[in-house]
Order: sequence, then C-alpha cells, then structure tokens
Amino acid sequence: MTDTPLLHYTLRLADTALILGHRLSEWVGHSPVIEEDLAFGNMGLDLIGQARSLYSYAGEIEGKGRDEDALAYLRDAGDYRNILLVEQPNGDFATTMVRQLLYAAFAHPYFETLTHSSDATLAAVAAKAAKEMAYHLRHSAEWTIRLGDGTDESHARAQAAVDELWPYTGEMFECDEIERALVEAGVAVDPATLRARWDKTISEVLSEATLSRPDNGYMQSGGRVGRHSEHLGHILSELQFLQRAYPGATW
Amino acid sequence: MTDKSWPLWEVFIRTRNGLAHRHVGSVHAVDATMALHAARDTYTRRGEGLSVWVVPSASITASDPADKDMMFEPTATKIYRHPTFYEIPDEVGHM
Repeated sequence: MTDTPLLHYTLRLADTALILGHRLSEWVGHSPVIEEDLAFGNMGLDLIGQARSLYSYAGEIEGKGRDEDALAYLRDAGDYRNILLVEQPNGDFATTMVRQLLYAAFAHPYFETLTHSSDATLAAVAAKAAKEMAYHLRHSAEWTIRLGDGTDESHARAQAAVDELWPYTGEMFECDEIERALVEAGVAVDPATLRARWDKTISEVLSEATLSRPDNGYMQSGGRVGRHSEHLGHILSELQFLQRAYPGATW
Repeated sequence: MTDKSWPLWEVFIRTRNGLAHRHVGSVHAVDATMALHAARDTYTRRGEGLSVWVVPSASITASDPADKDMMFEPTATKIYRHPTFYEIPDEVGHM
C-alpha cells in the first residue's frame, strides 16, 4: 500500500499546509506591529499543526516507516505536492494578506466539506482545520478590506497583490485522475463544487475593499504534480537545513 | 494615515462561564473589529478565553493617583466592614 492515490492526496494537503505555514512564520519578528506578529505566528502554527497530522497519516498510508519529520525534512522540491499559490514570496504585508485570503476562502469550505469524508482520519483533521481556516479567512478579509479601502498607497499595494497572485488561484480548483477516484469513493472533496462559494466570498471582499477583480486569464499550474516555481527550493533550503546539515539531529 | 500610531484598546477576557470578564492587558488596533482580532491573537493563545471584550482605552475614566489618600485612605481604619466578625455555624458549610 505504497504509491496510492490516498497517499498522493494526503501529501498534497500536507505540503500545502506546511509551505504556507512556513511562509507565515517568516513574518515572525518582522511584522509592522506585535499584534500582527502574533497573528502570523498563530496562523502559521495552525497550518503546521494541520501538516503534522497529515504527514503522520501519510507515513501510515505509505507503510515504509517514514514519520512526519522524514516527510517534511527529507523530500526534495520535486517531491513536494503543494499548490503554487502558497510558495509565492511574502512580498509586502498586503501580498501576504491577499495570499492568505485567496487560500483561506478556498480552504475553509474545503475542510468543512472534507469533514464528511468516508476516511475517518481526514474527516477528523478537517474538523479542526475548518475552524482554523474560518479565522484565517475572517482576519485576512478584514485586513484586505482595510488595505484596499485605506490610503492611496495601501490600495495600490493591495491591488498589485491581487493582480500578481490571481494566476495562482486556478490550481486550487483542479481535480486530476488521482483525486477523481477519491472523490468518487467519497474520500476527497471535488474542488469544482466550491468554485461558486469562493467566487462569491472573494467578490464580496474585493468589492468592499474597492479592489477590482482580475479576469480569469492564463492560470499557473503544476505544483500538485511536483512542478514548482524557483521559490520552493529556497524555502526548503531554509526549512530543511538542520536535518540536511546534521542528519538525525535532536534537541 | 497621517497619525501613525493606532489607538489603544483595553482587553477583558472571561475564562469560564459564570466568571466576570477580567482585564488582561491592551493592544493597538485601527478599529474595534481589528482590536478584537488582536486581543484574540495576543491573549487567548493558551486556551484562556470563552469571551473577549475590547474597550477603547480613551473611554476609561481613571482616578488620579494624586487623589489616592482622599479616595482610599479613609477605609483603612474601618475594619468592621470586613465580614470577619461573624460566627458562622458549622452546618452552613463553605460560604
């Protein structure tokens, strides 16, 4: 029971959570105010917590003795299955918040729906994650509204963030053969069913933020099959440094 | 934003049902909604809260430290106000 669709699927969820969690952790100590430093830390830890549960489960599915650490620290970029959106650089505060909004508006209903999964472990992880993503959505939406409907500078930065990240939103709604089989088995969520809700959430927030919604043009894709932007390698070089430099180190 | 410092908000948290909200500290935030987020993110990270209040610090009217003798000293000699002069029968139990 090694290279199964369920393993691929679980790793996609885990990798997306870990990489976004790591991105948010990069803000710690650099936020404009201590309150947001804590907010980024909290949201990052939510995501890393989700990743840990999912990696442990992936290790069980694989059955080769790899634990959460082995899966997080000892796989190369080409083995990572996260969506491209979450590996995009933090940029400025607006870019990070808009990225969080675009993902959370998807992840919140996604995990809500995944609580009905026929897979008991995924359903349990989803139940916890749904509550966490509800807060990420509210926090990032409130910030996006204030940045968009704020000063000329904050508006321009928020609009630039939306425009820059928009081409990475299409990948969230893809469903390939690996997932199609799991959707039909009642294990995975068909992301296409969440499209209307995501569209509505994003349109409402952008409208209140006085930001314009880009047209759906060319969408970037490939993260979920291991084709990543150059950014992922840089993330992993930092995230995995300790285990690579000192294999098996513990403290 | 011409004024770069955000308003200060006082944070009150109720830890359990039946208890009163207690002052735990303060946060800076641009408005009430964001103050609630900041309070949640700053003061409820270890499961402390069931309910959070935020109040603009500017809305609190405080006593003047210079008035402390006038305000609080007169009660120091009125120990009979403490309920320590009653004999409570054992049957009453814990009060």
